[in-house]
Amino acid sequence: MIYADNAATTKMSRKAFEAMLPCMEETWGNASSLYVFGQKAKEALEVARSKVAACFGASPGGIYFTSGGSEADNQAIISAATLGAKKGKKHIISTTFEHHAVLHTLKKLENDGFEVELLDVHENGIVSPEQVAKAIRDDTALVTIMYANNEIGSVQPVAEIGAVCRERKVLFHTDAVQAAGHLPIDVQKQNIDMLSLSGHKFHGPKGVGVLYAKPGIPLVNLIEGGAQERGKRGGTENVPAIVGMAAALEEACANMEKNTAKVSKLRDKLIDGLRKIPRSILNGDEIRRLPGNVSFCFEGIEGESLLLLLDDKGICASSGSACTSGSLDPSHVLLAIGRPHEVAHGSLRLSLSEENTEAEIDEILRAVPEVVEYLRGISPLWKDKLVGKREFLLPE
Amino acid sequence: MALYSEKVMDHFRNPRNVGSMENADGVGEVGNAKCGDIMKIYLKIDDDVVSDVKFETFGCGSAIASSSMATEMIKGKSLDEILTVTNKAVTEALDGLPAHKLHCSVLAEEAIRAAVKDYYDKHGIAYDAAQFSTPCAACHA
Repeated sequence: MIYADNAATTKMSRKAFEAMLPCMEETWGNASSLYVFGQKAKEALEVARSKVAACFGASPGGIYFTSGGSEADNQAIISAATLGAKKGKKHIISTTFEHHAVLHTLKKLENDGFEVELLDVHENGIVSPEQVAKAIRDDTALVTIMYANNEIGSVQPVAEIGAVCRERKVLFHTDAVQAAGHLPIDVQKQNIDMLSLSGHKFHGPKGVGVLYAKPGIPLVNLIEGGAQERGKRGGTENVPAIVGMAAALEEACANMEKNTAKVSKLRDKLIDGLRKIPRSILNGDEIRRLPGNVSFCFEGIEGESLLLLLDDKGICASSGSACTSGSLDPSHVLLAIGRPHEVAHGSLRLSLSEENTEAEIDEILRAVPEVVEYLRGISPLWKDKLVGKREFLLPE
Repeated sequence: MALYSEKVMDHFRNPRNVGSMENADGVGEVGNAKCGDIMKIYLKIDDDVVSDVKFETFGCGSAIASSSMATEMIKGKSLDEILTVTNKAVTEALDGLPAHKLHCSVLAEEAIRAAVKDYYDKHGIAYDAAQFSTPCAACHA
Protein backbone atom coordinates (compact mmCIF):
# COMPACT_ATOMS: atom_id res chain seq x y z
CA MET A 1 0.00 0.00 0.00
CA ILE A 2 1.17 3.51 -0.81
CA TYR A 3 -0.24 5.91 1.75
CA ALA A 4 -0.53 9.40 0.25
CA ASP A 5 -3.26 10.87 2.43
CA ASN A 6 -1.26 12.33 5.29
CA ALA A 7 -3.39 15.46 5.37
CA ALA A 8 -6.29 13.22 6.42
CA THR A 9 -4.31 11.46 9.09
CA THR A 10 -0.83 10.13 9.73
CA LYS A 11 0.60 6.90 11.04
CA MET A 12 1.59 7.18 14.69
CA SER A 13 5.32 7.46 15.21
CA ARG A 14 7.13 4.83 17.22
CA LYS A 15 8.19 7.53 19.70
CA ALA A 16 4.58 8.65 20.22
CA PHE A 17 3.46 5.08 20.67
CA GLU A 18 6.23 4.34 23.16
CA ALA A 19 5.54 7.51 25.10
CA MET A 20 1.89 6.50 25.48
CA LEU A 21 2.41 2.97 26.75
CA PRO A 22 3.64 3.80 30.27
CA CYS A 23 0.69 6.18 30.69
CA MET A 24 -1.60 3.19 30.22
CA GLU A 25 0.41 0.48 31.92
CA GLU A 26 2.05 2.35 34.79
CA THR A 27 1.01 5.95 35.48
CA TRP A 28 -2.64 5.45 34.61
CA GLY A 29 -3.98 7.39 37.56
CA ASN A 30 -6.35 10.35 37.35
CA ALA A 31 -4.31 13.54 37.01
CA SER A 32 -6.75 15.30 39.34
CA SER A 33 -6.24 12.85 42.22
CA LEU A 34 -4.45 13.99 45.31
CA TYR A 35 -2.31 10.93 46.01
CA VAL A 36 1.15 10.46 44.54
CA PHE A 37 -0.03 7.90 41.98
CA GLY A 38 -2.44 10.43 40.51
CA GLN A 39 0.08 13.21 40.73
CA LYS A 40 2.47 11.19 38.60
CA ALA A 41 -0.09 11.38 35.79
CA LYS A 42 -0.40 15.09 36.47
CA GLU A 43 3.36 15.39 36.16
CA ALA A 44 3.32 13.62 32.77
CA LEU A 45 0.53 15.96 31.69
CA GLU A 46 2.50 19.07 32.67
CA VAL A 47 5.68 17.83 31.02
CA ALA A 48 3.65 17.33 27.85
CA ARG A 49 2.24 20.84 28.17
CA SER A 50 5.73 22.32 28.43
CA LYS A 51 6.94 20.31 25.44
CA VAL A 52 4.03 21.48 23.31
CA ALA A 53 4.50 25.09 24.44
CA ALA A 54 8.21 24.97 23.61
CA CYS A 55 7.42 24.00 20.01
CA PHE A 56 5.58 27.29 19.45
CA GLY A 57 7.54 29.73 21.62
CA ALA A 58 4.51 29.81 23.90
CA SER A 59 4.20 29.77 27.67
CA PRO A 60 2.79 26.50 29.07
CA GLY A 61 0.03 28.56 30.69
CA GLY A 62 -1.44 29.21 27.26
CA ILE A 63 -1.79 25.55 26.28
CA TYR A 64 -5.21 23.89 26.67
CA PHE A 65 -5.65 20.26 25.69
CA THR A 66 -8.78 19.47 23.71
CA SER A 67 -10.29 16.54 21.82
CA GLY A 68 -8.77 17.79 18.58
CA GLY A 69 -8.49 20.61 16.09
CA SER A 70 -12.23 21.06 15.61
CA GLU A 71 -12.91 21.57 19.30
CA ALA A 72 -10.01 24.01 19.53
CA ASP A 73 -11.34 25.98 16.53
CA ASN A 74 -14.82 26.09 18.04
CA GLN A 75 -13.60 27.23 21.44
CA ALA A 76 -11.22 29.86 20.08
CA ILE A 77 -13.85 31.45 17.84
CA ILE A 78 -16.70 31.30 20.36
CA SER A 79 -14.43 32.78 23.05
CA ALA A 80 -13.23 35.67 20.87
CA ALA A 81 -16.78 36.36 19.69
CA THR A 82 -18.13 36.39 23.24
CA LEU A 83 -15.38 38.73 24.36
CA GLY A 84 -16.00 41.01 21.39
CA ALA A 85 -19.76 41.08 21.91
CA LYS A 86 -19.24 42.31 25.48
CA LYS A 87 -17.52 45.35 23.99
CA GLY A 88 -20.13 45.75 21.26
CA LYS A 89 -17.83 44.26 18.62
CA LYS A 90 -19.65 41.80 16.41
CA HIS A 91 -17.64 41.77 13.18
CA ILE A 92 -15.48 38.75 12.35
CA ILE A 93 -13.01 38.39 9.47
CA SER A 94 -12.07 35.05 7.97
CA THR A 95 -11.56 33.51 4.52
CA THR A 96 -13.71 31.59 2.07
CA PHE A 97 -11.62 28.42 2.23
CA GLU A 98 -11.36 27.70 5.95
CA HIS A 99 -12.01 24.25 7.37
CA HIS A 100 -15.65 23.55 8.20
CA ALA A 101 -14.81 23.56 11.91
CA VAL A 102 -14.26 27.29 11.42
CA LEU A 103 -16.86 28.03 8.73
CA HIS A 104 -19.70 26.21 10.49
CA THR A 105 -18.88 27.92 13.80
CA LEU A 106 -18.92 31.27 12.01
CA LYS A 107 -22.27 30.40 10.41
CA LYS A 108 -23.67 29.75 13.86
CA LEU A 109 -22.39 33.12 15.06
CA GLU A 110 -23.89 34.78 12.02
CA ASN A 111 -27.27 33.38 13.01
CA ASP A 112 -26.65 34.87 16.46
CA GLY A 113 -26.24 38.35 14.99
CA PHE A 114 -22.54 38.52 14.19
CA GLU A 115 -21.38 39.90 10.87
CA VAL A 116 -18.93 37.55 9.20
CA GLU A 117 -16.73 38.79 6.37
CA LEU A 118 -14.98 36.10 4.32
CA LEU A 119 -11.96 37.34 2.39
CA ASP A 120 -11.18 36.15 -1.12
CA VAL A 121 -8.17 33.85 -1.33
CA HIS A 122 -7.43 34.39 -5.04
CA GLU A 123 -6.42 31.76 -7.55
CA ASN A 124 -3.26 30.84 -5.64
CA GLY A 125 -5.12 30.30 -2.36
CA ILE A 126 -3.42 33.09 -0.43
CA VAL A 127 -4.95 36.03 1.40
CA SER A 128 -2.85 39.19 1.74
CA PRO A 129 -2.19 41.18 4.93
CA GLU A 130 -3.43 44.24 3.01
CA GLN A 131 -6.82 42.59 2.54
CA VAL A 132 -6.99 41.97 6.26
CA ALA A 133 -5.92 45.54 7.08
CA LYS A 134 -8.60 46.88 4.77
CA ALA A 135 -11.30 44.68 6.25
CA ILE A 136 -10.62 45.48 9.91
CA ARG A 137 -13.16 47.87 11.42
CA ASP A 138 -13.60 49.45 14.82
CA ASP A 139 -16.08 46.72 15.70
CA THR A 140 -13.95 43.78 14.51
CA ALA A 141 -13.80 41.17 17.26
CA LEU A 142 -11.65 38.55 15.58
CA VAL A 143 -9.57 37.65 12.57
CA THR A 144 -9.41 33.89 12.03
CA ILE A 145 -7.32 32.66 9.10
CA MET A 146 -5.88 29.20 8.64
CA TYR A 147 -2.11 28.76 8.65
CA ALA A 148 -2.10 26.39 5.69
CA ASN A 149 -4.98 25.00 3.67
CA ASN A 150 -5.83 21.34 4.10
CA GLU A 151 -6.84 20.70 0.49
CA ILE A 152 -4.55 22.82 -1.64
CA GLY A 153 -1.67 23.34 0.79
CA SER A 154 -1.24 27.09 0.35
CA VAL A 155 0.52 28.76 3.30
CA GLN A 156 -0.75 32.12 4.50
CA PRO A 157 1.44 35.11 5.46
CA VAL A 158 0.60 34.50 9.11
CA ALA A 159 3.26 36.73 10.69
CA GLU A 160 2.24 39.69 8.52
CA ILE A 161 -1.45 39.15 9.22
CA GLY A 162 -0.59 38.82 12.92
CA ALA A 163 1.27 42.13 12.80
CA VAL A 164 -1.71 43.88 11.19
CA CYS A 165 -4.05 42.49 13.85
CA ARG A 166 -1.72 43.42 16.69
CA GLU A 167 -1.41 46.97 15.38
CA ARG A 168 -5.19 47.31 15.14
CA LYS A 169 -5.68 45.53 18.50
CA VAL A 170 -7.83 42.77 17.04
CA LEU A 171 -7.58 39.16 18.24
CA PHE A 172 -5.96 36.82 15.71
CA HIS A 173 -6.67 33.09 15.65
CA THR A 174 -5.10 30.64 13.25
CA ASP A 175 -6.20 27.08 12.51
CA ALA A 176 -2.75 25.49 12.30
CA VAL A 177 -3.96 21.91 12.02
CA GLN A 178 -2.07 21.27 8.77
CA ALA A 179 0.94 23.39 9.69
CA ALA A 180 1.83 22.26 13.22
CA GLY A 181 4.82 19.96 13.17
CA HIS A 182 5.43 20.74 9.49
CA LEU A 183 6.18 24.47 9.40
CA PRO A 184 7.99 26.61 11.96
CA ILE A 185 5.54 28.42 14.23
CA ASP A 186 6.31 31.01 16.88
CA VAL A 187 3.23 32.55 18.47
CA GLN A 188 5.16 35.52 19.81
CA LYS A 189 7.15 36.41 16.73
CA GLN A 190 4.12 35.85 14.52
CA ASN A 191 1.71 37.73 16.78
CA ILE A 192 -0.65 34.79 17.07
CA ASP A 193 -3.19 35.22 19.87
CA MET A 194 -4.89 31.86 19.46
CA LEU A 195 -3.97 28.70 17.59
CA SER A 196 -5.55 25.28 17.03
CA LEU A 197 -3.85 22.01 16.25
CA SER A 198 -4.63 18.33 16.04
CA GLY A 199 -2.41 15.50 17.28
CA HIS A 200 -2.91 13.01 14.46
CA LYS A 201 -1.65 15.26 11.68
CA PHE A 202 1.98 14.94 12.76
CA HIS A 203 2.18 11.25 13.68
CA GLY A 204 0.50 11.62 17.06
CA PRO A 205 -2.70 9.91 18.21
CA LYS A 206 -6.25 10.81 17.16
CA GLY A 207 -8.82 12.39 19.45
CA VAL A 208 -6.47 14.93 20.97
CA GLY A 209 -5.52 18.48 20.10
CA VAL A 210 -4.46 21.82 21.48
CA LEU A 211 -5.93 25.24 21.81
CA TYR A 212 -3.30 27.86 22.46
CA ALA A 213 -4.66 31.09 23.88
CA LYS A 214 -2.35 33.90 24.91
CA PRO A 215 -2.55 34.21 28.70
CA GLY A 216 -5.14 36.84 29.58
CA ILE A 217 -7.62 35.92 26.86
CA PRO A 218 -10.77 34.74 28.65
CA LEU A 219 -11.98 31.44 27.23
CA VAL A 220 -15.60 30.32 27.07
CA ASN A 221 -16.10 26.70 28.09
CA LEU A 222 -17.59 24.37 25.52
CA ILE A 223 -17.56 21.50 27.99
CA GLU A 224 -18.49 22.22 31.58
CA GLY A 225 -17.18 19.93 34.27
CA GLY A 226 -14.30 19.82 36.66
CA ALA A 227 -11.28 22.01 37.17
CA GLN A 228 -9.25 20.35 34.43
CA GLU A 229 -7.33 22.63 32.06
CA ARG A 230 -7.60 25.47 34.59
CA GLY A 231 -11.38 25.17 34.57
CA LYS A 232 -11.63 25.81 30.84
CA ARG A 233 -12.19 22.28 29.59
CA GLY A 234 -14.03 19.79 31.80
CA GLY A 235 -13.38 16.05 31.62
CA THR A 236 -10.60 13.80 32.89
CA GLU A 237 -7.52 14.47 30.81
CA ASN A 238 -6.65 11.87 28.19
CA VAL A 239 -3.10 11.65 29.50
CA PRO A 240 -1.86 8.86 27.18
CA ALA A 241 -3.04 10.71 24.08
CA ILE A 242 -1.73 14.06 25.32
CA VAL A 243 1.68 12.56 26.13
CA GLY A 244 1.76 10.77 22.76
CA MET A 245 0.89 13.97 20.94
CA ALA A 246 3.59 15.92 22.78
CA ALA A 247 6.18 13.27 21.91
CA ALA A 248 5.13 13.31 18.25
CA LEU A 249 5.19 17.09 18.09
CA GLU A 250 8.59 17.30 19.75
CA GLU A 251 9.93 14.76 17.26
CA ALA A 252 8.34 16.52 14.28
CA CYS A 253 9.73 19.89 15.34
CA ALA A 254 13.20 18.49 15.99
CA ASN A 255 13.29 16.89 12.52
CA MET A 256 11.41 19.61 10.68
CA GLU A 257 14.27 20.83 8.51
CA LYS A 258 15.31 17.34 7.50
CA ASN A 259 11.72 16.20 6.85
CA THR A 260 10.84 19.33 4.89
CA ALA A 261 13.85 18.88 2.64
CA LYS A 262 12.97 15.26 1.94
CA VAL A 263 9.20 15.63 1.60
CA SER A 264 9.26 18.78 -0.52
CA LYS A 265 11.63 17.10 -2.94
CA LEU A 266 9.21 14.19 -3.33
CA ARG A 267 6.34 16.68 -3.65
CA ASP A 268 8.06 18.61 -6.42
CA LYS A 269 8.85 15.45 -8.33
CA LEU A 270 5.20 14.42 -8.09
CA ILE A 271 3.99 17.86 -9.18
CA ASP A 272 6.38 17.93 -12.15
CA GLY A 273 5.22 14.49 -13.21
CA LEU A 274 1.48 15.10 -12.88
CA ARG A 275 1.77 18.38 -14.75
CA LYS A 276 2.60 16.42 -17.87
CA ILE A 277 -0.97 15.14 -17.97
CA PRO A 278 -2.74 17.29 -20.59
CA ARG A 279 -5.47 19.64 -19.32
CA SER A 280 -4.40 19.34 -15.70
CA ILE A 281 -3.77 22.12 -13.22
CA LEU A 282 -1.99 22.42 -9.88
CA ASN A 283 -4.17 23.86 -7.12
CA GLY A 284 -2.62 26.24 -4.61
CA ASP A 285 0.48 28.40 -4.67
CA GLU A 286 3.50 26.66 -6.12
CA ILE A 287 6.08 28.14 -3.76
CA ARG A 288 4.18 28.95 -0.58
CA ARG A 289 2.78 25.49 -0.01
CA LEU A 290 2.97 22.71 2.57
CA PRO A 291 5.97 20.42 2.04
CA GLY A 292 3.76 17.37 1.50
CA ASN A 293 0.77 18.74 -0.43
CA VAL A 294 0.04 17.92 -4.05
CA SER A 295 -3.37 18.98 -5.35
CA PHE A 296 -4.49 18.74 -8.96
CA CYS A 297 -7.58 19.00 -11.10
CA PHE A 298 -7.92 16.91 -14.25
CA GLU A 299 -10.44 18.01 -16.82
CA GLY A 300 -13.10 15.62 -18.11
CA ILE A 301 -13.13 13.11 -15.26
CA GLU A 302 -14.69 12.78 -11.83
CA GLY A 303 -12.55 12.48 -8.71
CA GLU A 304 -14.25 9.59 -6.97
CA SER A 305 -13.73 7.17 -9.85
CA LEU A 306 -10.11 8.24 -9.92
CA LEU A 307 -9.73 7.51 -6.18
CA LEU A 308 -11.41 4.10 -6.45
CA LEU A 309 -9.16 3.03 -9.31
CA LEU A 310 -6.07 4.31 -7.50
CA ASP A 311 -7.22 2.34 -4.45
CA ASP A 312 -7.31 -0.76 -6.66
CA LYS A 313 -3.67 -0.04 -7.44
CA GLY A 314 -2.92 0.24 -3.72
CA ILE A 315 -2.71 4.02 -3.60
CA CYS A 316 -4.56 5.88 -0.82
CA ALA A 317 -5.44 9.41 -1.92
CA SER A 318 -8.19 11.96 -1.45
CA SER A 319 -10.38 14.24 -3.53
CA GLY A 320 -12.40 17.39 -3.16
CA SER A 321 -15.03 15.98 -5.47
CA ALA A 322 -18.70 16.21 -4.57
CA CYS A 323 -19.17 12.48 -4.85
CA THR A 324 -16.81 11.76 -1.98
CA SER A 325 -18.67 14.12 0.32
CA GLY A 326 -22.22 13.15 -0.48
CA SER A 327 -23.35 16.52 -1.78
CA LEU A 328 -23.76 17.76 -5.32
CA ASP A 329 -21.31 20.58 -4.79
CA PRO A 330 -17.60 20.02 -5.10
CA SER A 331 -15.09 21.27 -2.53
CA HIS A 332 -15.68 24.82 -1.29
CA VAL A 333 -11.91 25.26 -1.33
CA LEU A 334 -11.60 24.56 -5.04
CA LEU A 335 -14.55 26.82 -5.76
CA ALA A 336 -12.96 29.50 -3.56
CA ILE A 337 -9.86 29.58 -5.78
CA GLY A 338 -12.08 29.94 -8.82
CA ARG A 339 -12.10 26.45 -10.27
CA PRO A 340 -15.31 25.95 -12.27
CA HIS A 341 -17.61 23.25 -10.80
CA GLU A 342 -16.88 20.93 -13.67
CA VAL A 343 -13.12 21.14 -13.14
CA ALA A 344 -13.40 20.95 -9.35
CA HIS A 345 -15.17 17.58 -9.72
CA GLY A 346 -11.96 16.14 -11.17
CA SER A 347 -9.69 16.81 -8.21
CA LEU A 348 -7.01 14.72 -6.58
CA ARG A 349 -5.08 15.40 -3.38
CA LEU A 350 -1.95 13.46 -2.58
CA SER A 351 -0.39 14.37 0.76
CA LEU A 352 3.04 12.99 1.54
CA SER A 353 5.07 12.42 4.67
CA GLU A 354 8.70 11.59 5.35
CA GLU A 355 7.72 7.92 5.27
CA ASN A 356 7.03 8.06 1.54
CA THR A 357 9.80 7.00 -0.84
CA GLU A 358 10.91 8.00 -4.29
CA ALA A 359 9.90 4.56 -5.58
CA GLU A 360 6.39 5.25 -4.35
CA ILE A 361 6.32 8.57 -6.20
CA ASP A 362 7.38 6.72 -9.36
CA GLU A 363 4.57 4.25 -8.80
CA ILE A 364 2.03 7.07 -8.34
CA LEU A 365 3.36 8.73 -11.48
CA ARG A 366 2.76 5.54 -13.40
CA ALA A 367 -0.72 4.98 -12.00
CA VAL A 368 -2.35 8.43 -12.14
CA PRO A 369 -1.82 9.20 -15.86
CA GLU A 370 -3.01 5.69 -16.73
CA VAL A 371 -6.21 6.02 -14.69
CA VAL A 372 -6.90 9.57 -15.94
CA GLU A 373 -6.49 8.39 -19.53
CA TYR A 374 -8.79 5.42 -18.99
CA LEU A 375 -11.53 7.53 -17.37
CA ARG A 376 -11.26 10.15 -20.10
CA GLY A 377 -11.64 7.35 -22.61
CA ILE A 378 -15.09 6.48 -21.29
CA SER A 379 -16.14 10.08 -20.55
CA PRO A 380 -18.66 11.61 -22.98
CA LEU A 381 -17.66 15.00 -21.59
CA TRP A 382 -14.01 14.54 -22.57
CA LYS A 383 -15.00 13.23 -25.98
CA ASP A 384 -17.19 16.27 -26.65
CA LYS A 385 -14.22 18.47 -25.83
CA LEU A 386 -11.93 16.53 -28.14
CA VAL A 387 -14.28 16.96 -31.09
CA GLY A 388 -14.92 20.61 -30.28
CA LYS A 389 -18.53 20.21 -29.14
CA ARG A 390 -17.60 21.64 -25.76
CA GLU A 391 -14.82 24.01 -24.80
CA PHE A 392 -11.78 22.97 -22.84
CA LEU A 393 -11.59 24.86 -19.55
CA LEU A 394 -7.98 24.13 -18.65
CA PRO A 395 -4.95 25.00 -20.78
CA GLU A 396 -3.14 22.24 -22.62
CA MET B 1 -17.32 -2.35 5.24
CA ALA B 2 -16.64 -0.96 1.80
CA LEU B 3 -18.48 2.03 0.39
CA TYR B 4 -20.01 -0.05 -2.41
CA SER B 5 -21.31 -3.59 -2.86
CA GLU B 6 -19.19 -6.15 -4.68
CA LYS B 7 -21.62 -5.90 -7.60
CA VAL B 8 -21.11 -2.15 -7.90
CA MET B 9 -17.34 -2.54 -7.74
CA ASP B 10 -17.44 -5.32 -10.34
CA HIS B 11 -19.42 -3.20 -12.80
CA PHE B 12 -17.24 -0.18 -12.01
CA ARG B 13 -13.99 -2.06 -12.52
CA ASN B 14 -15.17 -4.09 -15.51
CA PRO B 15 -17.89 -2.02 -17.12
CA ARG B 16 -20.01 -3.95 -19.65
CA ASN B 17 -20.86 -2.43 -23.02
CA VAL B 18 -18.62 0.58 -22.54
CA GLY B 19 -17.84 2.62 -25.63
CA SER B 20 -19.62 4.50 -28.39
CA MET B 21 -21.55 3.39 -31.47
CA GLU B 22 -21.40 4.55 -35.06
CA ASN B 23 -24.84 5.14 -36.57
CA ALA B 24 -26.77 4.38 -33.41
CA ASP B 25 -30.54 4.28 -33.83
CA GLY B 26 -31.11 6.16 -30.59
CA VAL B 27 -28.79 8.16 -28.34
CA GLY B 28 -29.68 9.47 -24.90
CA GLU B 29 -27.54 11.85 -22.89
CA VAL B 30 -28.52 13.03 -19.40
CA GLY B 31 -26.90 14.84 -16.47
CA ASN B 32 -24.52 17.76 -16.74
CA ALA B 33 -20.88 18.62 -16.21
CA LYS B 34 -21.53 21.11 -13.41
CA CYS B 35 -23.12 18.43 -11.25
CA GLY B 36 -20.34 15.99 -12.01
CA ASP B 37 -22.18 13.28 -13.93
CA ILE B 38 -23.12 12.75 -17.56
CA MET B 39 -24.41 9.46 -18.98
CA LYS B 40 -24.73 8.69 -22.65
CA ILE B 41 -26.44 5.55 -23.94
CA TYR B 42 -26.37 4.37 -27.56
CA LEU B 43 -28.98 1.91 -28.86
CA LYS B 44 -29.04 -0.29 -31.93
CA ILE B 45 -32.63 -1.29 -32.57
CA ASP B 46 -33.71 -4.20 -34.80
CA ASP B 47 -37.42 -5.05 -34.99
CA ASP B 48 -38.16 -3.06 -31.84
CA VAL B 49 -35.51 -4.98 -29.93
CA VAL B 50 -32.25 -3.63 -28.51
CA SER B 51 -29.75 -5.62 -30.53
CA ASP B 52 -26.76 -3.70 -29.20
CA VAL B 53 -26.09 -1.07 -26.56
CA LYS B 54 -23.09 1.03 -25.54
CA PHE B 55 -22.53 3.65 -22.90
CA GLU B 56 -20.11 6.40 -21.93
CA THR B 57 -20.13 8.02 -18.50
CA PHE B 58 -18.45 10.94 -16.80
CA GLY B 59 -19.06 10.46 -13.11
CA CYS B 60 -18.35 8.65 -9.89
CA GLY B 61 -18.01 4.92 -9.31
CA SER B 62 -21.72 4.34 -8.85
CA ALA B 63 -22.56 6.35 -11.98
CA ILE B 64 -20.29 4.13 -14.08
CA ALA B 65 -21.59 0.97 -12.40
CA SER B 66 -25.25 2.06 -12.83
CA SER B 67 -24.69 2.72 -16.53
CA SER B 68 -23.01 -0.63 -17.00
CA MET B 69 -25.75 -2.52 -15.16
CA ALA B 70 -28.49 -0.65 -17.03
CA THR B 71 -27.01 -1.61 -20.40
CA GLU B 72 -26.91 -5.25 -19.33
CA MET B 73 -30.54 -5.08 -18.27
CA ILE B 74 -31.79 -3.76 -21.60
CA LYS B 75 -29.68 -5.73 -24.04
CA GLY B 76 -31.86 -8.05 -26.16
CA LYS B 77 -35.08 -6.61 -24.71
CA SER B 78 -37.97 -5.03 -26.58
CA LEU B 79 -38.50 -1.28 -26.39
CA ASP B 80 -41.65 -1.80 -24.36
CA GLU B 81 -39.71 -3.90 -21.90
CA ILE B 82 -36.79 -1.50 -21.47
CA LEU B 83 -39.14 1.38 -20.76
CA THR B 84 -40.22 -0.50 -17.65
CA VAL B 85 -36.67 -0.60 -16.28
CA THR B 86 -36.71 1.62 -13.21
CA ASN B 87 -33.95 3.15 -11.17
CA LYS B 88 -35.08 0.88 -8.35
CA ALA B 89 -34.50 -2.18 -10.51
CA VAL B 90 -31.01 -0.93 -11.42
CA THR B 91 -30.23 -0.28 -7.77
CA GLU B 92 -31.47 -3.73 -6.75
CA ALA B 93 -29.48 -5.41 -9.48
CA LEU B 94 -26.39 -3.69 -8.07
CA ASP B 95 -27.19 -5.03 -4.58
CA GLY B 96 -27.98 -1.50 -3.45
CA LEU B 97 -26.36 1.92 -3.56
CA PRO B 98 -25.57 4.35 -0.72
CA ALA B 99 -28.49 6.78 -0.19
CA HIS B 100 -26.62 9.78 -1.57
CA LYS B 101 -25.77 7.80 -4.72
CA LEU B 102 -29.31 6.80 -5.66
CA HIS B 103 -29.47 9.64 -8.17
CA CYS B 104 -26.94 7.70 -10.27
CA SER B 105 -29.48 4.94 -10.85
CA VAL B 106 -32.09 7.60 -11.67
CA LEU B 107 -29.73 8.95 -14.31
CA ALA B 108 -29.38 5.46 -15.77
CA GLU B 109 -33.16 5.10 -16.07
CA GLU B 110 -33.38 8.55 -17.64
CA ALA B 111 -30.58 7.83 -20.10
CA ILE B 112 -32.42 4.74 -21.36
CA ARG B 113 -35.64 6.73 -21.76
CA ALA B 114 -33.83 9.57 -23.50
CA ALA B 115 -32.28 7.09 -25.95
CA VAL B 116 -35.66 5.50 -26.72
CA LYS B 117 -37.24 8.93 -27.16
CA ASP B 118 -34.44 9.84 -29.55
CA TYR B 119 -35.11 6.67 -31.51
CA TYR B 120 -38.83 7.47 -31.73
CA ASP B 121 -38.10 11.05 -32.76
CA LYS B 122 -35.60 10.05 -35.42
CA HIS B 123 -37.92 7.46 -36.89
CA GLY B 124 -41.10 9.47 -36.70
CA ILE B 125 -42.73 7.04 -34.30
CA ALA B 126 -45.57 8.50 -32.26
CA TYR B 127 -45.41 8.21 -28.46
CA ASP B 128 -47.00 9.53 -25.30
CA ALA B 129 -44.84 12.46 -24.17
CA ALA B 130 -45.89 11.94 -20.55
CA GLN B 131 -43.99 8.68 -20.64
CA PHE B 132 -40.75 10.63 -20.98
CA SER B 133 -40.95 13.13 -18.17
CA THR B 134 -37.64 13.59 -16.39
CA PRO B 135 -37.95 13.31 -12.62
CA CYS B 136 -34.28 14.14 -12.11
CA ALA B 137 -34.37 17.36 -14.10
CA ALA B 138 -34.81 19.39 -10.92
CA CYS B 139 -31.50 18.41 -9.38
CA HIS B 140 -29.67 18.72 -12.66
CA ALA B 141 -31.02 22.10 -13.64
